[in-house]
Amino acid sequence: MKNAKGVPAKHAAKSPLFALFIRDLRASQRIGGGTSLGVVFFLILVTLSAFAIGPDLALLGKIAPAILWISGLLATLLGFDRLFQADHEDGSLDLLLTSSTPLELIVLVKCLAHWIVTGLPLAAAAPFFGLMLNLPINQLWSVTLSLLAGTPALTLIGAIGAALTVSLRRGGLLLAILILPLCVPVLIFGVAAASAGPDSLMPFATPFLILCALTLIAIAGAPFAAAFALRQTGT
Amino acid sequence: MIEESVILVVCAAHGFIIMQLSASRLTVERGGRILFSDLSFAIETGGSLTVTGPNGAGKSTLLRVLAGFLPLAGGTLSLTPASGETLAEQAHYVGHADALKSLLTVTENLEFLGPMLDAGRGGMAVEKALAAFGLSHVAGLPAAYLSAGQRRRVALARLLVVKRPVWLLDEPLTALDAASQGLMAQIMAAHLAEGGMIVAATHTYLGLAGRELRLGAVP
Repeated sequence: MKNAKGVPAKHAAKSPLFALFIRDLRASQRIGGGTSLGVVFFLILVTLSAFAIGPDLALLGKIAPAILWISGLLATLLGFDRLFQADHEDGSLDLLLTSSTPLELIVLVKCLAHWIVTGLPLAAAAPFFGLMLNLPINQLWSVTLSLLAGTPALTLIGAIGAALTVSLRRGGLLLAILILPLCVPVLIFGVAAASAGPDSLMPFATPFLILCALTLIAIAGAPFAAAFALRQTGT
Repeated sequence: MIEESVILVVCAAHGFIIMQLSASRLTVERGGRILFSDLSFAIETGGSLTVTGPNGAGKSTLLRVLAGFLPLAGGTLSLTPASGETLAEQAHYVGHADALKSLLTVTENLEFLGPMLDAGRGGMAVEKALAAFGLSHVAGLPAAYLSAGQRRRVALARLLVVKRPVWLLDEPLTALDAASQGLMAQIMAAHLAEGGMIVAATHTYLGLAGRELRLGAVP
């Protein structure tokens, strides 16, 4: 591909989705704490729960998977309202609509970048915070794996809410009310998988595979729902 | 054989293929109120349309309808010859918002928009487009540090970075100084000479030779 002056256009070789992925990762790094803020919020929620429940170590260890999952769910909520709203406000959402790349794929790539910045650090921090809650050592990996498999579903469900509330100034609370009920199945099977240890009755694999299935369903369905909502923003 | 190759070279130098943008009996509703109805116009290759009218007449809405962001309540909009691409995919839309990420540098912003908007027509390298708008010295700065006029020029620079035949410009000269306004007039003239089309909504004189469409006042 050559331009009017015969110089090859450099961007012709670069994929639009890769360019979008790089842009979103860069922008989230520059905010200064996009990544660390979610993890810090996660840490505060875990610590507050420990203070509220008191010094009963046996009880704390027993309910640690549930605390970690609820804290993780609330921490992922933090960044959703900006997922599409930032693009809507500065006008780049309009440009994404005039791209020949399908909006569904654009949504999926934006979710991937968002998950790497918010969901992945939560899963990585979970075993350390599990130790703070007296979680048995042999359950640390099940908590981590369940968060790793479940947080993508949370991000994608959040994207639907973010797309629906994109043009609302104070959409954060409405977004939480819209998407938290939809997160219930993920929470149930996530906690079930996280609680499974070598000595528990339920094997790890059963809830974990259902959790993976929920994530796959979200990957297949959520981009269409979010893209449909985004196309309606003008009207 | 020789004649054929000569013809091919001439066509390539001409730029865009010959096309026509036609709108017939457009009706547009906004918030349950009809902004305009039975609006018809046609623009040929190398032609332009200047949309004028008082505030609230529907200039921006017309451009957003052309870009495909708003649905039509009636009428048809077509770009001939028909291709696999929609009108939106062949058009550059420059609206009131500059579509720049404040935290990314000017170059990073345009390096993203290049591949995102490119549809195989190529375009100018980012450095060249910035140089054309006199922005080389701010290329490495985050967009947040730019003045309103500089942001505007970066937004306009994407017209050169990605080649698209139809330009939909909403108040393109806002915040531009006299020198930049002259520059933009030259760039628009070059685009038309290459066979492109421009639809511009404005209150000021843009220097476009094409027809003027005056939208009525709101009752």
